[in-house]
Amino acid sequence: MGALGHYLESEGLATVGISLVREHTAAQQPPRFLWVPFPLGRPLGAPSDAKFQHRVIAATLGLLDEPDGPVLADFPDDAPGQDEATNEWACPVSFPSPENADEDWTDALRVEMRALEPWYELGRTRRGGTAVGTSGIPITEALQRLLDAVEHSGPGPDEPAPTWTRNLKLAVEDLRAYYLEAVTSQPGEHPPTAVNDWFWGETQAGALLVRLARTLSGDADPRVRGLARGALVPRSHMPA
Amino acid sequence: MARLADLPDYEVEHLLEKAVPRFPTNPFVRGGPISERRIALITSAGIHGRGDDAFQLRDAGYRLIPGEATDLVMTHSSVNFDRTGFQDDINVVFPIDRFRELEVNGTIGPLASVHYALMGASLEPDEVQQSAREIAPLLKQDGVDTVFLTPV
Repeated sequence: MGALGHYLESEGLATVGISLVREHTAAQQPPRFLWVPFPLGRPLGAPSDAKFQHRVIAATLGLLDEPDGPVLADFPDDAPGQDEATNEWACPVSFPSPENADEDWTDALRVEMRALEPWYELGRTRRGGTAVGTSGIPITEALQRLLDAVEHSGPGPDEPAPTWTRNLKLAVEDLRAYYLEAVTSQPGEHPPTAVNDWFWGETQAGALLVRLARTLSGDADPRVRGLARGALVPRSHMPA
Repeated sequence: MARLADLPDYEVEHLLEKAVPRFPTNPFVRGGPISERRIALITSAGIHGRGDDAFQLRDAGYRLIPGEATDLVMTHSSVNFDRTGFQDDINVVFPIDRFRELEVNGTIGPLASVHYALMGASLEPDEVQQSAREIAPLLKQDGVDTVFLTPV
């Protein structure tokens, strides 16, 4: 965002922004930024905490009063729920573990999805919407698209690689959003690190995406390889 | 958690190996009181309306987010950040409701009628330059004088 701030200021617009990686912002020296010690993906710190979000915004907007720049200030507090004690969490729905269900992992995957469906629907109702649906197809079809890709590897001769990779990526987004929305609709706190560890380490869906990344990482098409190596599985959960 | 000291070594290495060029100039636009400013939000979270084109790998383009938009989805290519916050509350990446509240209570001037989203993953800074050059006149046409930037 530092580059964007620089370019917009050079077009005559005042900018002020939030930084999640202080080292990048300090090196780039954009006009006005507030560094926040929050997890990547949460620049305002905490979901559904309007009071805290307003604190972050007020501290950021306050930089507009600085007479000269570049300005890089630090927000003093961690986001609510970031301390170690609140990171202890376990999904209350039990699934067959990937290790025990290796031969029938696609069946186990469908069992998982059915077990999560009531939670997903509950979350959808509570939130008044869902992030699932970017692929434009039902979640069961999105799952099938991913299973087909694992079985048949990359795009077929009649499928343009850009379209194939886009459609596959959107199916991945839908599958992951379905799981995460379902599990975070359950009672209690949902520390992001613990929830992501659960998805990637304990579910058949996470194992499917790891399989997919491995399968496609040797594809002849560089776009497919790029998808496999950088846009399917986080670095934190991609086996060596 | 975004303190480098709190991140695993591989993540620190990944973040620090990114080239972050310093610009030869430091433009710094001053303005009037915050209560009179017309502010637009720009996020690099890769969000957009459900019916809009999804972001592609290494997509340096932008999407328009009308001020009244409510059904927004995220198609950011990176998988290396938390999505659950966004799924619970879009304001954690795109604080539109908070800015509407600031508009109502007079802390800021009238909000922009259109906001913007880009996708920050794996792009060199100059790759977003074209989008910035195209967005700037659209913002000015809307009477915007100040932009609030949020990363992801």
